[in-house]
Amino acid sequence: MDFGPHLLLAILEGAVGAAVLALTALGLSLVFGVMRVVNVAHGEFFMLGAVVAWFIASPIAGHPAIGFVAALALAPLVAGAIAVVVDRFVLKEVEYDPEATIVGTIGVLYIIQQSALMIYGPEARPVEPPFNHRIALPWFEWGETGLEFYYPWGLSTTSYKLFVIVAAIGILLAFWVIMSRTRLGLIMRATQLDRETALAFGIPVQRVYSIVFGFGAALAALAAVLIVPIQQAHYLMGHDPLLLSFIVVIIGGLGSVRGTVVAALLIGMSDGIISVFLSPTLSKILATLLVALVLVFRPQGLYGKKMA
Amino acid sequence: MTVDTRSVLLHLGLIALLIVLGLVLPTYHQGNLARILVLATYAIGFNVLFGYTGLLSLGHAMFFAAGMYGCGLAMHLGGWPVLSALGAGIIAAAVLSLIVALLALRTIGVAFMIVTLMFAQAFFLTALYLGEWTGGDEGFVIAQASRQIAGFALTDPLTRFFAALAVFSVALLITARMMHLPFGRVLIGVRENEERTRMLGYDTFRHKLLAVIISGTISGGAGAAYAVLFGYVGATFASVQYSIFPLLWVLLGGMGTTIGPLIGVAFMFYLIDYASGLTNAYLLIVGAALVLLTLFARAGIVGEIRKRWVPWLP
Repeated sequence: MDFGPHLLLAILEGAVGAAVLALTALGLSLVFGVMRVVNVAHGEFFMLGAVVAWFIASPIAGHPAIGFVAALALAPLVAGAIAVVVDRFVLKEVEYDPEATIVGTIGVLYIIQQSALMIYGPEARPVEPPFNHRIALPWFEWGETGLEFYYPWGLSTTSYKLFVIVAAIGILLAFWVIMSRTRLGLIMRATQLDRETALAFGIPVQRVYSIVFGFGAALAALAAVLIVPIQQAHYLMGHDPLLLSFIVVIIGGLGSVRGTVVAALLIGMSDGIISVFLSPTLSKILATLLVALVLVFRPQGLYGKKMA
Repeated sequence: MTVDTRSVLLHLGLIALLIVLGLVLPTYHQGNLARILVLATYAIGFNVLFGYTGLLSLGHAMFFAAGMYGCGLAMHLGGWPVLSALGAGIIAAAVLSLIVALLALRTIGVAFMIVTLMFAQAFFLTALYLGEWTGGDEGFVIAQASRQIAGFALTDPLTRFFAALAVFSVALLITARMMHLPFGRVLIGVRENEERTRMLGYDTFRHKLLAVIISGTISGGAGAAYAVLFGYVGATFASVQYSIFPLLWVLLGGMGTTIGPLIGVAFMFYLIDYASGLTNAYLLIVGAALVLLTLFARAGIVGEIRKRWVPWLP
């Protein structure tokens, strides 16, 4: 393949990654924004989404779309419910103390991950996509007769991958509508702005925290259900999304929805593109160092409010 | 008896007890204890920063691994003798901790944790990326013949045990002494109230900088000793898991206590040893222990003992 078609392919792959990353990171960002809790177990809720999707979809016979839709509806609920339990029995008990919640969620990370290993096992298993047509993409070049279109070998995508991108955009829009146009969103934003005043106005802050923590986990699980027909479900799959979400949330500005989405696009696309041309490990090294240095040199500049 | 004499007696008594244990225990437990002592050295290093200075690093595995790779690569690729390779490992860890400290200490609180986590992750990925030399995930084995000091083979269980005990004792005595000196008192001051310590005229940045370097260097020394004594170097030791372990050990044993790290490591080691006989998901125990500790016993084993019965425990 020439450079042009190769780049287009890389951009398409990057867009799928960015779409899923935006949803995952949004969950992390929401939880940090409203609750000021750094949820280290966030990647495990992503993994839960994929693993639960497999448990739901694999026993359902018939068209793969039935199982997939069931997983899309139920897996985020399961992950969200587990997150609510974590909030009630761990985070609330330590009164949302920043350091204690980090240590506590590290513990939760291992509990969820290892429980998945015991119940689901160490294998990687796929979920069948609801539809999967190969779509060949055209490329153009200047020939003797002007602009010529042709189909380069290997330049293709699948209808499912395009669906992932569209679905992620839809979910992001829905999220934006919930946050800015509904009463629930208003309550969440009020709690984020000023916990004490919200409490004084009769907002049940504790319940809002539970909902937000469950909602954040459900977003990660939803992203995982979308990606699981492309990547397989595995009990260690939460590690990379966690790391990338951290990167996105820090670069984008903690708690800021717009910043998170923009940064997810930036990081997801460049991760996809760099991985095609360079080694994926090298691109991850550069991204992690970049984040560390951003935090060191421009902590306020990029996320507005001070973290500590 | 003054508190000083009591704490000297406690530490020397502990070392004497360990010598006796090393002589009487069967080979299997002797080997376990050697490993526990080296890992406890790592935990002691972590405790200097977390327990005494109040800075929670989530990236200490990079210091442990820097010592390990510094020492292991010097022996494996450079063919250096054990003692100079150990030196190379310790210097590698010291230099890395200086660089990390200068950058990470510009942040505080949660940002400090994430910055250290990210640096450690970059270190881990670099170790994988340089697989040609480091062997990546699989790591490499240090030739048995080269693992000896002045004719004493470190592969012999008893020699290895005493070498591990020597490493542990040096770290234990250095930190125990340090906490009696004004320098250590200032570190505790930083932990309790950094603003007030600064108001009293202490240069808190310099103290924190030195704390990171001392902590990182002890951790790196433990890593170098691990490479020499157990003959294996691999990227696992640089992974997040090995940054979480010392946190767990210190929390369990008691943060800010001199003997807590050893108690924490020993307890966890045998717990995991027992659990991994039952299930391959033995890290579940680690998770449950972390959650239970955060919920119920933030002071840890030695910390609770100190709080309830023996207030003079160092």
